[in-house]
Amino acid sequence: MKILTGNDLKSGAVVWWDGSGWSLHVEDAADAGDQADAILATESAARRVNAAYAIDGAREDGTVRPAHIKDRIRALGPTVRLDLTLKPVDPEAGSWVI
Amino acid sequence: MYKYDQYDQTMVDTRVAEFRDQTRRRIEGHLTEDQFKPLRLMNGLYLQLHAYMLRVAIPYGTLNSAQMRVLGDIADRYDRGYGHFTTRQNIQYNWIKLEEAPDILADLAKVEMHAIQTSGNCIRNISSDQYAGAAADEVVDPRPYAELLRQWSSFHPEFVTLPRKFKFAVIASDTDRAAMRLHDIGIQIVKNAAGELGAAFYVGGGMGRTPMIAPLIRDFVPVDQLITYSEACLRVYNRYGRRDNKYKARIKILVHEIGKEEYSRQVEEEFAHLLTQGIEPPAAELARIVPFFADPPFEQGAPDSIDRSDPDFALWLDRNCHAHKQPGYAIVTISLKPVGGIPGDASADQIRLMADLGRDYSFDELRVTHAQNIVLPHVRKADLYGLWQNLEAAGLGTANLDQIGDIIACPGLDYCSLANARSIPVAQKISERFAAPEKLAAIGELKLKISGCINACGHHHAGHIGILGVDKKGVENYQLSLGGCEGADTSLGKITGPGFDEDGIVDAVERATDVYLTNKQDGERFLDTYRRIGMEPFKEAIYG
Amino acid sequence: MVKSQFRFRADEPVGDPAITVDNFGEQTNAAAVRIEPGDDARDLLPFLDRLKLVEINFPAFTDGRGYSAARILREAGYTGELRAVGDVLVDQLFAMRRCGFDSFAPDAALDPADAEAALTRWGDVYQATADGRHAIWAKRHG
Repeated sequence: MKILTGNDLKSGAVVWWDGSGWSLHVEDAADAGDQADAILATESAARRVNAAYAIDGAREDGTVRPAHIKDRIRALGPTVRLDLTLKPVDPEAGSWVI
Repeated sequence: MYKYDQYDQTMVDTRVAEFRDQTRRRIEGHLTEDQFKPLRLMNGLYLQLHAYMLRVAIPYGTLNSAQMRVLGDIADRYDRGYGHFTTRQNIQYNWIKLEEAPDILADLAKVEMHAIQTSGNCIRNISSDQYAGAAADEVVDPRPYAELLRQWSSFHPEFVTLPRKFKFAVIASDTDRAAMRLHDIGIQIVKNAAGELGAAFYVGGGMGRTPMIAPLIRDFVPVDQLITYSEACLRVYNRYGRRDNKYKARIKILVHEIGKEEYSRQVEEEFAHLLTQGIEPPAAELARIVPFFADPPFEQGAPDSIDRSDPDFALWLDRNCHAHKQPGYAIVTISLKPVGGIPGDASADQIRLMADLGRDYSFDELRVTHAQNIVLPHVRKADLYGLWQNLEAAGLGTANLDQIGDIIACPGLDYCSLANARSIPVAQKISERFAAPEKLAAIGELKLKISGCINACGHHHAGHIGILGVDKKGVENYQLSLGGCEGADTSLGKITGPGFDEDGIVDAVERATDVYLTNKQDGERFLDTYRRIGMEPFKEAIYG
Repeated sequence: MVKSQFRFRADEPVGDPAITVDNFGEQTNAAAVRIEPGDDARDLLPFLDRLKLVEINFPAFTDGRGYSAARILREAGYTGELRAVGDVLVDQLFAMRRCGFDSFAPDAALDPADAEAALTRWGDVYQATADGRHAIWAKRHG
């Protein structure tokens, strides 16, 4: 699936296109399919999200897993500070990234 | 320490107001991200993987305890309770909100600090010797010259959009502790035969994907022409540095492509012209700045003897303390490299504690080193034990300066949007593998540096052992290099061969140190042995 | 000819079209020239007496060669109009002014209030350039 991601203009937080807006959680990511470029163009013009781009991902185990490690780290947070990630109490969170 | 006057203060206050206005225009949508990006970068604000990152300037790595305390408070108030000290003697915060960035700058301005030109294609924070003013081997304190350059380079109207970033280092001793020749311009303040002070200019060094050691362009620029000569160097670069390819835009490429003789000739021509333009601050300006860096009121006759009866203290003393020019005093380095820790990170509480210790033990002065540690430059030897006990209690007593555990590492793919691989986990695993004190002692001085991409923020080219993280078809892979060195005998590391995965690179490092331990002769460091026996024995052990 | 949005001169604007640096030397009656980023501003120094308008083009605001070109002309004594054209943005105005530009013709018109704020914000400066302002070091040592 094609998923869209960027950083929120004001907070800088990583966000994912959920079909109608932007979510902090990668599990909300929607398949943008062949609409990816059109959505990116509209959202770029709205200037609320910075540097949005389309990536490959796959739905698995109830979440969405971006194809590249960089976007998995973006989805989770720094692997060396799991306490600061979106899953601070999940000891397996780091292995999802690798 | 330098103190702002009303002019300096107004400059940083004005910058806060300007950035607040720019941020407003961005949030209201008047500026596109492409237009805003260079503006925020000129103020040290990046967009990284998880949030904005703010890099705060610590000019020539020197700061007082009030400034250090504010750095801790900012970590608590606007970030997530910690900061990261960088290889340019700065500090950066990883979790900044755009809307709050102007408020942070306002807090910084209250203690004479800023984030001006800590990024972007402009002249960056000027780095210097972390032992300046305390080392016995300097001809003069280099920091007044760095301050003169700081003011000249701040908002320089001609150099706001250089082809690429531009880094100065200023030192004043033959022992180079600032990797001076790996800068765009490295300046060494020297004395000529007549006893006059001047600046030797090394231009066109740098790391990145094409590492180069800066050649000497001019061996003596009189100090009262320092600014004019610098301006000539920059003007030639601004006019003729490449702008067609960002990877070839640094001044090192220009100097390399046209040759140092031709570059030097063009600079001399521009210099002769600029000397007629009256752009050099008068000698009175340097004379105004110099006294700010005068010696603190050292106690005369302070005792040199130290009670070494506590073995843990003795270990730290031998590792982390350096000779001071003043009898009875020592230079202390606080290691930010605990075993298994994140190199250069410090919690808000640790930052505030170091501020207090700087106030109580070091005449209110601290330094940040390019190796991502903190220095207390002027500590009475009689106070070392008490200081060490305070550090130990806060997890800041690690005794590993310049050893294999004292790793330089960039933030890597855990934080940085440019990175290809993570650096920090590799650093953590290596420091854990080599945690045993006897192992550390046997290996001795060994500078290990890790970068998570070819931009080389982790200085891997200059590591006795260097590690470069690359992306191999979506998987992190690490290349090993040996034989790099910064300082007077600067050399660039050579790659050993094919790369490794995360565990593999740690094993490879261990095999390299085993080769050293087997082959070392009396008094040889890892680097010396490598230079004597060459790459082959290491290759055999690593890949054989 | 491009029209300036901001002009800080009392004289009448020159109506001549600005020609390329290459052509300027040959067209001995020309008074207006346009400098592109790759041009050497010093090629114009023999002709300063007949130059009335120099346009310096910024095809992209990120290319800063025009700042050096402007200062070189002012340092050589050029007193005619020095106009920044192209991708000229609000936040570059002040630095441009300091390098000697006294006229601005941005591709996209700038907000006048933002431009006014940008141009008046900085009361003092750290460097001496050809714009005649006294650097902070000069004020400190009167």
